[in-house]
Amino acid sequence: MIVFILAVLLFLVGLYGILVKRNIIKLAIGLIIMEYAVNLFFVLAGYREGGTAPILDGDLAPGTVFVDPLPQALVLTAIVIGLGTTALLVSFAVKIYEKYDTFDIRKIRKLHG
Amino acid sequence: MVTALILLIVLMILGAIAALESKDLLSGIISLGIIGFALTVIFLILQAPDLAIVQIIVETMTLVILIAAVMKTTKADTVETFGKHSIFLGLVGLVFVFVFIWTAVKAFQQMPGFGSMPLRMASEYVNNGLALTGAGNLVAAVILDFRAYDTLGEATVLFTSVVGITAVLRKLGRNRV
Repeated sequence: MIVFILAVLLFLVGLYGILVKRNIIKLAIGLIIMEYAVNLFFVLAGYREGGTAPILDGDLAPGTVFVDPLPQALVLTAIVIGLGTTALLVSFAVKIYEKYDTFDIRKIRKLHG
Repeated sequence: MVTALILLIVLMILGAIAALESKDLLSGIISLGIIGFALTVIFLILQAPDLAIVQIIVETMTLVILIAAVMKTTKADTVETFGKHSIFLGLVGLVFVFVFIWTAVKAFQQMPGFGSMPLRMASEYVNNGLALTGAGNLVAAVILDFRAYDTLGEATVLFTSVVGITAVLRKLGRNRV
């Protein structure tokens, strides 16, 4: 149970970054940390005691316990989507820096073109 | 094994704090690498080799993207100051965190312990996956056959983000400045 609590703690560190930091790159880092924490939590929840990787091959002993393949498949999708959203977020940050010469979200006030 | 997991997750938490608190954005991004690569090792320990392969590639790509963005702009962090709105925002944040922790505690009371999760949905996949799909790797069977629409949606999201990046970062186009 303590590994679940540590995963939640990692999520809270990312949440702290998003709530407190004012730099867009730091906000992106906080978002990535939260995403990793959620992925970690899913895979931890899918683990079974003494399980092996869910790959069937010829020389498996009968009665082998597999870990849950469903959270692994969902997390596989989530990791790749996370890369796409992170890249989009960082490209917005670069564009904002070109226009305002700062990453500080308090100084980005002009919403009109 | 649980000890190794606890040590690695504590390392991830320390890396996260280092990434968020460093004064230099480049060292913060490098500290983010600690988290991603520790997560790769954790996936290997938890018997998820497919995830470890994808995670190590995605982590490298993330670091490359972030470092390229920071090298193109600035490495200096912004200074935190506290204005008159800070107390209100801090209170809202505290309420949010407490609701989150309360929900987590409620959820943990319902959950079975680590390593004893029942295979409710996946027992179908584990028992019949090979006969129904012919794929030896059950994770591949799930993402490419049982839940192929999920993967189609993933490809759509990825395509949309690529279109968005090219639209945001293009040099050509209307120039109204």
